[in-house]
Amino acid sequence: MADHLLDVKDLSTYFFTHAGVVKAVNGVSFTLERNETIGIVGESGSGKTVAAMSLLGLIPDPPGKVVGGTLMLDQRDLRTLSDEEMRAVRGNDIAMIFQDPMTSLNPVMKVGKQVAEAIVLHQKKSNSEARRMAIAALARVGIPDAPRRAEQYPFEFSGGMRQRVMIAMAVSSNPDVLIADEPTTALDVTIQAQIIDVIREMQFEFNSGVILITHDLGVIAEIADKVMVMYGGRTVEYAPIDEIFYNAHHPYTWGLLSSLPRLDASKKVRLTPIEGQPPNLLFLPEGCPFVGRCPHELPQCRGEWPAEETVAPAHGVHCWIPVDQRLALRAELPHFKEPAA
Amino acid sequence: MSLLEVSDLRKHFPIRTGVLKRTTGWVYAVDGVSFDVEKGETMGLVGESGGGKSTVGRALLRLTPATGGNVTFEGINVMKASRGEMQKLRSDMQIVFQDPYASLNPRMRVRDIVGEGLVIHDVGTDAERKKRVAELMDIVGLSPEQAERYPHEFSGGQRQRIGIARALALNPKLIILDEPVSALDVSIRAQVLNLLEDLQDEFDLTYVFVSHDLSVVKHISDRVAVMYLGKLVEISDSAVLYDFPQHPYTEALLSAVPIPDPQTERSRKRIMLEGDVPSPADPPKGCVFHPRCPRAQEICTTAMPRHVPTPGADAGERHEVACYFPARFKDGQRFVADEPFRDALPEDQA
Repeated sequence: MADHLLDVKDLSTYFFTHAGVVKAVNGVSFTLERNETIGIVGESGSGKTVAAMSLLGLIPDPPGKVVGGTLMLDQRDLRTLSDEEMRAVRGNDIAMIFQDPMTSLNPVMKVGKQVAEAIVLHQKKSNSEARRMAIAALARVGIPDAPRRAEQYPFEFSGGMRQRVMIAMAVSSNPDVLIADEPTTALDVTIQAQIIDVIREMQFEFNSGVILITHDLGVIAEIADKVMVMYGGRTVEYAPIDEIFYNAHHPYTWGLLSSLPRLDASKKVRLTPIEGQPPNLLFLPEGCPFVGRCPHELPQCRGEWPAEETVAPAHGVHCWIPVDQRLALRAELPHFKEPAA
Repeated sequence: MSLLEVSDLRKHFPIRTGVLKRTTGWVYAVDGVSFDVEKGETMGLVGESGGGKSTVGRALLRLTPATGGNVTFEGINVMKASRGEMQKLRSDMQIVFQDPYASLNPRMRVRDIVGEGLVIHDVGTDAERKKRVAELMDIVGLSPEQAERYPHEFSGGQRQRIGIARALALNPKLIILDEPVSALDVSIRAQVLNLLEDLQDEFDLTYVFVSHDLSVVKHISDRVAVMYLGKLVEISDSAVLYDFPQHPYTEALLSAVPIPDPQTERSRKRIMLEGDVPSPADPPKGCVFHPRCPRAQEICTTAMPRHVPTPGADAGERHEVACYFPARFKDGQRFVADEPFRDALPEDQA
């Protein structure tokens, strides 16, 4: 078995609610190497954030619980660690950037102090040393005039600058794995480009593996090396970046790609949406969660979850439709695009 | 005559401070915006937060009173319309809001939300109104039985359909769509965009589509107006804007949008804009874009360039730009002139 930086196998996280069991993440597996970026794509409720929170041991229990799977980080199974050990992992080995930088920062604490606090907590540095490191971290993520800005409060920062502060905090401990959960969704597009650049630079500087959670396939195309497409708590397709865009095998991936209006389209093409509504996670079918919305549904789709089928190197798909039939269906999609040679 | 004519629209919000709430400054949310919208077309208003695009949408309907300028709808001055004229205008001009959670009253049944306009405008009998609501539900792809339910029983996409049904109730001619799909998931967004296109064809609607998402705006609009810090910087046919952007802000905005195609992404060059959008309470002197502009020269710091038709027929017929150094296109070649564009100079310098 090859050694991966992060090796997640069969992760399942359920929420036990009064209404019933919500299988938010259901048997998800993936690996991550240093300097690699995996994109996790899916719509609201697909389980992508819960999967990340499970890695960090941040699932509120009750009602949530990681009920199965192994989470190996550098030969250590995160599920076997004590709370104390997990806290050390969160500070030093895995760091997370959240979507909304306003609600993730303390509004009544100076920005420099917040970054320094993380350093004191996780790296056992003295206050003055941590302060110096915090200012250096702020400067590194592109905050101009960092010593002065460190004395300001979050409300004095713009959205993009706040997200830079979050990144500074996350990378202050030189993490092996950086999880970015919709890091640019709340930002304007020119600021989004800046933040993606900062994440890339930090990854390069620290040789980190990055898990990027997003619904934006454009951002994925820009920075991911491989992609995991999630739907209803399941991984429906998992492949290197070009395979997802040019050799997609799952009807849900097709649906996502053909739902997108394209800035680079030369003429107007009508979008092909996925019909229907996202599934209720309380009443997921035993088989494929995409039944009901899938235009190519077969009788066996409702019965059992299909096993992973490898259709190309490192490209796995879970779908009952036979592969030759799948390729024929795909060839008829109006939006399907072969890669330029 | 265009269906909607907007000239020199301005909306300045006062900044009040202290116990006495004295006005100590102004936020120049919209500052001298002019454009026309033809019947049956979709005009996209695009830009980043703080650009003023939503405020334009609201000022068009007088949902917020404008500070200055004129809005004319079918020859009637919306700014000066009397109560009676305004009532008529309100049925012709409708709006759909961004947040499908906040824009529907949670304590009203959907039938009352959709039919409220009919009651206010005293249209038909109870039975006729009921029939009309059922018809509207059907038009937007919901079942008439669902009209008995409350908003919380619907998903985000379905709620946006309810908002659209409400806007359609009085057979409007113009609908302002203020970020109508921004809160929706990708697959649901495509459903709503297709619905909007179908409704436009079926009912001969004119749209003003406000959004920060350039891909969506390009997809749905016939023409696109780009806003920055309360000003219009460029207007063009949406088909040519992507290939022939003239204003440096438009160029940067287009280049910043990631394209969902890895091979394209690898070969693209990104124009990185430095810094953040300045505060509209203290806009830069001269051209509002000059502190972030890669092409800025001395003249750009003196006065805002005039918004004028652009040079170069390659760029399309109805292309307008507010820039001293617009990109020009000739025989497929892009170039930027060394001399400032004469037409854009202020009148006293031209």
